[in-house]
Amino acid sequence: MDLAFTPEEEAFRADVRSFLETTLPEALSEKVRLGRDLSKAEMEGWHATLNARGWLAPNWPKAFGGAEWSAVQRHIFDEEAAAAHAPRVVPFGLSMLGPVLQKFGSQAQQDHWLPRILDGTDWWCQGYSEPGAGSDLASLKTRAVRDGDHYVVNGQKTWTTLGQHANMIFCLVRTDPEAKQQEGISFLLIDMESPGVEVRPIILLDGSHEVNEVWFTDVRVPVDNLVGEENKGWTYAKYLLTHERTGLGGVGFSQAGLAAVKRIARAEMQNGKPLIENPHFAARVARVEIELRALATTNLRAISKASAGDAPGLEASMLKVKGSVIRQEINDLARRAVGPYAMPFASEAVAGANDLVPDPHDAGPVAAQYFNNRKLSIFGGSNEIQRGIIAKVALEGRR
Amino acid sequence: MNFELTEERRMLQDTLRRYLRAEYSTEHRNAILSSDAGYAPDIWTGLADLGVIGALFEDAHGGFGGAGFDIAVVFEELGRAGVVEPMLDTMLAGRALALAGRQDLVDALIGGTLQLSFAHYEPGGRYDLDHVRTECTNGALTGRKAIVMHAGSAEHIVTSAQDGGEIGLYLVAAGAPGLDIRDYPLLSGGRAGEVALEATPAAPLGLGFDALQRLIDLAVVAQCAEALGAMETAIALTQDYLMTRKQFGRPIGTFQALGHRMADLLIELEQARSAVINAAGTLGTRDGALTLAASKNLIGRVGRQVAEEAIQMHGGIAMTQEYELAHIAKRIVMADHRFGDTDYHLERFIALSAA
Repeated sequence: MDLAFTPEEEAFRADVRSFLETTLPEALSEKVRLGRDLSKAEMEGWHATLNARGWLAPNWPKAFGGAEWSAVQRHIFDEEAAAAHAPRVVPFGLSMLGPVLQKFGSQAQQDHWLPRILDGTDWWCQGYSEPGAGSDLASLKTRAVRDGDHYVVNGQKTWTTLGQHANMIFCLVRTDPEAKQQEGISFLLIDMESPGVEVRPIILLDGSHEVNEVWFTDVRVPVDNLVGEENKGWTYAKYLLTHERTGLGGVGFSQAGLAAVKRIARAEMQNGKPLIENPHFAARVARVEIELRALATTNLRAISKASAGDAPGLEASMLKVKGSVIRQEINDLARRAVGPYAMPFASEAVAGANDLVPDPHDAGPVAAQYFNNRKLSIFGGSNEIQRGIIAKVALEGRR
Repeated sequence: MNFELTEERRMLQDTLRRYLRAEYSTEHRNAILSSDAGYAPDIWTGLADLGVIGALFEDAHGGFGGAGFDIAVVFEELGRAGVVEPMLDTMLAGRALALAGRQDLVDALIGGTLQLSFAHYEPGGRYDLDHVRTECTNGALTGRKAIVMHAGSAEHIVTSAQDGGEIGLYLVAAGAPGLDIRDYPLLSGGRAGEVALEATPAAPLGLGFDALQRLIDLAVVAQCAEALGAMETAIALTQDYLMTRKQFGRPIGTFQALGHRMADLLIELEQARSAVINAAGTLGTRDGALTLAASKNLIGRVGRQVAEEAIQMHGGIAMTQEYELAHIAKRIVMADHRFGDTDYHLERFIALSAA
């Protein structure tokens, strides 16, 4: 048992830090810090910077052009990137589709699609959820019917994050309506410029446009775009979920968020004293910080277990639940900290964006972020679904 | 002991609820939210015609109510419908003018033909009631006021300032020299402005800190009742959704994990209702201050739970702007950012209990 990082890991951290210092544009990190919407070009620019250093795909094997980092290295990078307010790497191609193609894709698919993910030729989005299939994903209804060398796809996907920027979507589609729910699903790659694909924006409660509906009407997809075997898509989707694991606890984001709360609370005055000295507010901050310290270690323990090659257990579900709750609590503290100035609405996505919105502590739209981050306990398998998984695994064996 | 509303108040409640149900649909409200004015003049006139503004004033001032329960009834309904029109601040400014004997303005206000605003809190003052740095010198005000509701559309602004260390209320006319208003939209709807005064002429209203405290007490009752009404809507929407949304072949409300959480919300909602009744019933009595602090604290805590749980139990749909709950949840949470938040009123309760 040793809580310290190795000298090699510390050297890696220094390397990451200096990379971020020299390559992350200040204007970009400022936008991230203030929670402003990034343009497509800004996100692509950051990807290109990382790719030039060979760090865009930390979890990919070197053979595919990845960095092949250890889980600890990935954790260190995530922590430093969050602290520096670097943009999040858009995960759909890199963390989700990439590993699936590497494991289940054909040689031709790997040769064609993987380099395009790295060099930014394709922007992928995820077609999983449907209006009637959220928590119960396996009940999805989007149909793909074989017609010669094509599948003909009809249906609707929803909550498609950043779909407005994407030219490609990987989809779970139903290819066998007669089979048991999970056994009739296939994993299909669809060009969003095909006739019959329509993207409709969903505006969220903070005025932001980050998710979309994607509609498919008689969309013809070449059979070459089927990943693996027909009707085995559910297996690949589950494999993909295991690759969403690192960073699930969002420890780096919470640490950066907590630092921001403290900064605001040192500047905000109440009755002539900094808010941070108010015992009730200080107690709120302390409670979250205590939780976060433990979570950081829980997260590292899960990472070392994964590094040792142990089969993933319930850590992912536990980190998702606790990590999202802690991050949301920090968002709550930030809105409390700014007091009445939580009320002005500074979303850039809203008409009249030229309004001069007061932001006395240069804190950004903290209340909008508080509302936006309610999504953390809903998406990627809601916290109720995660608790269900934990309970099932923990209790089932004791029958 | 009688927890029934009087006949008049029940009629007011019914009429207002029916009016808003008919006229204040999600679509109409969302159009108001994105409008330049941030409020709807036709709704304002409609509310005035129904006597809603008058219900907030005592008989002696041309109204027909003005007591704690009149205020609670009105604001609970406004909260239920997520109304963004600036009724609360209108009440504060109007009640100040009524106390000051400016009946001409009060009559116009009750008739719905006058827009007023109330400017008390200041940048850097957070929720502190006695943080007033705006100075009155030779009948002119200099200072800044924070997040003044609908300041940009008001014809007069009731403004607090101090003169020789004494806090008092003053009347500033729109367009007065040295008055600068920067206005912007609010997260939970409506607009507000940062108000700067530079030797701006103002008429003293002859009202001091005690009057200001009494006005803020009215505001606390109104804000608590508004949050209660919004919570009722949030919970009703969630109940409906839990029993219509099906996953895994059954309504999600039949999953015990969600059913129990709904039960908790219903328990807390009754607590919130009692807190509003406590506040409205003790307004202006010796117990008033302590009870108001208790109520605002409880409403703040329950409000957060209701807003967050309602969103969580819905899932993604509640995160979308066009769904009613999105706006309602924002109204509930933002109610904790006016007239003292949960912690402010906890400390006030502790201090008043010790006194």
